[in-house]
Amino acid sequence: MAAAFAAATFAFVCIQLAPGDPVTALGEGVPEAVRDRLRAVYGYDSSIGTQYIRWLAALLRGDFGFSTAQQRPALDVVLDALGNSLVIVLPGVALAMLFGMLLGAWQGIHAKTRGDRIVSTFMAALYAMPEFSLALILLLLFSVIWPVLPAGGMVDDMHAYYAPWKQVSDRVRHLVMPVLVIALVDAAALARYQRQSMRDVLDQPFVRAAYGAGLPSRLVRMQAWRASLLPVLTLLGILLPVNLLGVVFVEQAFAWPGLGLAFFNAINARDYAVVAACVIVEGVVIAIAGFAVELLREAADPRLRLHEADYQRGHG
Amino acid sequence: MLKRVAVPPGLWLMLSLVLVAVAAPWFAPYDPNATLDIIALKNQAPSLDHPFGTDPYSRDVLSRVLHGARVSLGFAFATVILALGAGTLYGSAMAFASPFMGTVLRRLLDVAFSVPRLLVLLAVAGVAGPLDVRLLVVLMAGTGWFATARLVHDEITALRTREFVLAARASGVPATRLVVRHLLPHLGPLLMTAASFSMAGTIMLEAGLSYLGLGIQPPTASWGNIIRDGAGLIQTHWWLTVFPVLATVIPIMTCNAAGDALRDRFAPPQFAGSAIPSPSNPPRGRIPSLFRQ
Repeated sequence: MAAAFAAATFAFVCIQLAPGDPVTALGEGVPEAVRDRLRAVYGYDSSIGTQYIRWLAALLRGDFGFSTAQQRPALDVVLDALGNSLVIVLPGVALAMLFGMLLGAWQGIHAKTRGDRIVSTFMAALYAMPEFSLALILLLLFSVIWPVLPAGGMVDDMHAYYAPWKQVSDRVRHLVMPVLVIALVDAAALARYQRQSMRDVLDQPFVRAAYGAGLPSRLVRMQAWRASLLPVLTLLGILLPVNLLGVVFVEQAFAWPGLGLAFFNAINARDYAVVAACVIVEGVVIAIAGFAVELLREAADPRLRLHEADYQRGHG
Repeated sequence: MLKRVAVPPGLWLMLSLVLVAVAAPWFAPYDPNATLDIIALKNQAPSLDHPFGTDPYSRDVLSRVLHGARVSLGFAFATVILALGAGTLYGSAMAFASPFMGTVLRRLLDVAFSVPRLLVLLAVAGVAGPLDVRLLVVLMAGTGWFATARLVHDEITALRTREFVLAARASGVPATRLVVRHLLPHLGPLLMTAASFSMAGTIMLEAGLSYLGLGIQPPTASWGNIIRDGAGLIQTHWWLTVFPVLATVIPIMTCNAAGDALRDRFAPPQFAGSAIPSPSNPPRGRIPSLFRQ
């Protein structure tokens, strides 16, 4: 919470220091009298200190300010965009988790075999792809060379006139490529990490002991896989927040009206309220993601729960 | 077990990339910004004269990609050097500061870590308008040294209890000399590994920023803005996208591979278990496991 507040203050100061304000961003041909009146309407004519206190007081009442570019409350703008982003980021990261963790574990078990080498090379190439490059390549493959998927946007132009079932399929068709980009790029990062983690765990004494005790290798590998998840989940805690903003490249490539693009456009339009709201919402989402990953890690590693219980027993 | 490895093929690839970047003016068949013939040579598909085709301003894409290597790789190199320098300085300062100052420096670093890098880059580059290349280097380096500082700090803290450091301190070697002569050489492999991964990340980020129009400004060709120029025409002119994308991916892959090789070669015996990612010391950014567990 404090971090989100600090970041928002930083954003406020940063954007106030920049030349220009929402009114100059209107473009040329607007008379100076009109500009001055607009500044007075939005309160951009008072000193920075006054503006900051006014903004802070409004924020405490839950008022995030008014978007000058879109003429509606800033929070609405940001929450709409956040929803659009989550629609592609959450399925993307979920798919990446599934593929990355399974593929990485398989690679770890079969490390240095031919299959592992082939998969590793492929993953290294994916890992080296900037998101927007991968997006453009997919665009080229699936919407130019073999045109099965739409090139961008969230829905077709004629979406409103479609039958209900076709509206659903239309939405899904637009989702496929952005989700795929996020899933592939993150799966490459997760698989790389999972492979190493799995190899490390398979070297550990408890695995040898389990084999020595005659447990079937299927069971041992399942146990080792579970033990290898912990560092990978830590990486996931980084991937989630990075994605929420990093998705700006994917959104730009597919003209997807998400949070990254909203932030980017708000900066260009000097839309102060939206920029600050973006930063705050981003901070909150990062905190929630961190909390969720913490829960996942506790689910994966009983030791974490144990320590907590000991701690409570010791002090209670 | 430390195994001697022959010069990996990746190294040759890396050297040839550097060669291409340095010698671009001699390799490139045309001037990268010359509009050769705006009517006849506009949007030409790849041919023998123009192996990568030409763009809407009739510029030769091969020449632009070659010159882009100069800009993109040079940019990334300068950024990484600056960031490593800053990180090493801060990391050693953090390790040798008084307990109070050490805590202050550590807290500051935590704060710096908690702000997403992309957020700062988008905000500053977007607000301040198109940035000069030198300013952009400073901005990228200024947001990119945190991980190095932490690595260096952890490594120095781990090395400090080793006998050779104790011996040096017992014989009265001052702190600066201790760092420069005795500790920094030990950090070499660590810094090289960090530099490789950081180089890959910087190339990627610069391409991304230029793709959004916030990075290196046209007409100077960088891989990111060549892709940006071509992205709008992807439906009809594939060569404007495919070749610069390949040019971006190959060096990033090479740098990652070099980082992996360096890590595998140097990490296990030499590092005292400090830089291992763990719940208390998680990995940062898109650098999975700088060091093996």
